[in-house]
Amino acid sequence: MEGSLNVIGYGLAAIGPAIAVGLIFAAYVSGVARQPEARGMLQPIALLGAALAEALALLGFVLTFIN
Amino acid sequence: MLATAEAGGWEAPGVSDFWQPLIGDGAWAITRPMFVMAISVVVIGAVLLALTKKLSIVPANKKQFATEALYGVVRNGVARDIIGSREFLKFVPLLFTMFVLIVVNNLVGTLPPVMFPTMSRFAFPVALTLIVFVLYHALGVKRKGAVGYIKSMVPPGIPIALLPIVFLLELFTYFISRPLTLAVRLFANMFAGHMLILVVYLGGEYLILHGDGLLPVAGVVSFLGGVGFSFFELLIQVLQAYIFTLLTAVYIAGSLADEH
Repeated sequence: MEGSLNVIGYGLAAIGPAIAVGLIFAAYVSGVARQPEARGMLQPIALLGAALAEALALLGFVLTFIN
Repeated sequence: MLATAEAGGWEAPGVSDFWQPLIGDGAWAITRPMFVMAISVVVIGAVLLALTKKLSIVPANKKQFATEALYGVVRNGVARDIIGSREFLKFVPLLFTMFVLIVVNNLVGTLPPVMFPTMSRFAFPVALTLIVFVLYHALGVKRKGAVGYIKSMVPPGIPIALLPIVFLLELFTYFISRPLTLAVRLFANMFAGHMLILVVYLGGEYLILHGDGLLPVAGVVSFLGGVGFSFFELLIQVLQAYIFTLLTAVYIAGSLADEH
């Protein structure tokens, strides 16, 4: 069996951003549930936060390919 | 995939699959994504011009209505909400161009006949990011002056003792982490998605054609999963174009804002 240890490292590195993205959307969902009319205002903020958290995972993904 | 790897016939797709020169070789080669980008610019221009030919104040035809809906997403949903109603109008052309260019170049990554995301070559997001990078710094310097712009990077109400550290952190944010994450986010999403689809479809094909026993069944499952992933990719591709535009607007708004 062959493979790269980098990928396992990336898997570990993705845990943090995964939790972060989950928390962000949980907050977004509960925000919209409490105040449905605030949806339009919350949506860009939620996507922005998710994009920022996700950037960490993607940086890790790029590092996976650096030998 | 384990079984096939032991058989020694399966070669997993890798980074080299993304280097596809058409004419020439080396640093000055004309590559497939360059070609796609050039064609996409022509197609976008022609289609948008054709769709907005006979305009009326109240949209009478569906074409104008659809185009205005798309334009409205960027104009109202991104530019006006983020930059503010006072001066968002002059940035709408840039934001709309960026959104449409990125969304078309992303979507051809999944849709035939191209099936190759332009943005999975790092130079393309870097070029787009460079425009944003120069723009928001230039706007900030123009609005506040060079010294005022540097000062405005530090949020107000920071204790004197912490000021140097916060200043260095903000400097890092403005000059390194913002452009880096903007370019890498778009690149890595397209790269990872395309790689995933390559693995799923090529692996499925190998299992169906060369697998023993029940492995072709696994190949069929892999193909079905690949179809699902393709639709997921379509979602990601549109979302990433939206996020790139959104972040561009956020950075512009940050440079224009009076206080931090």
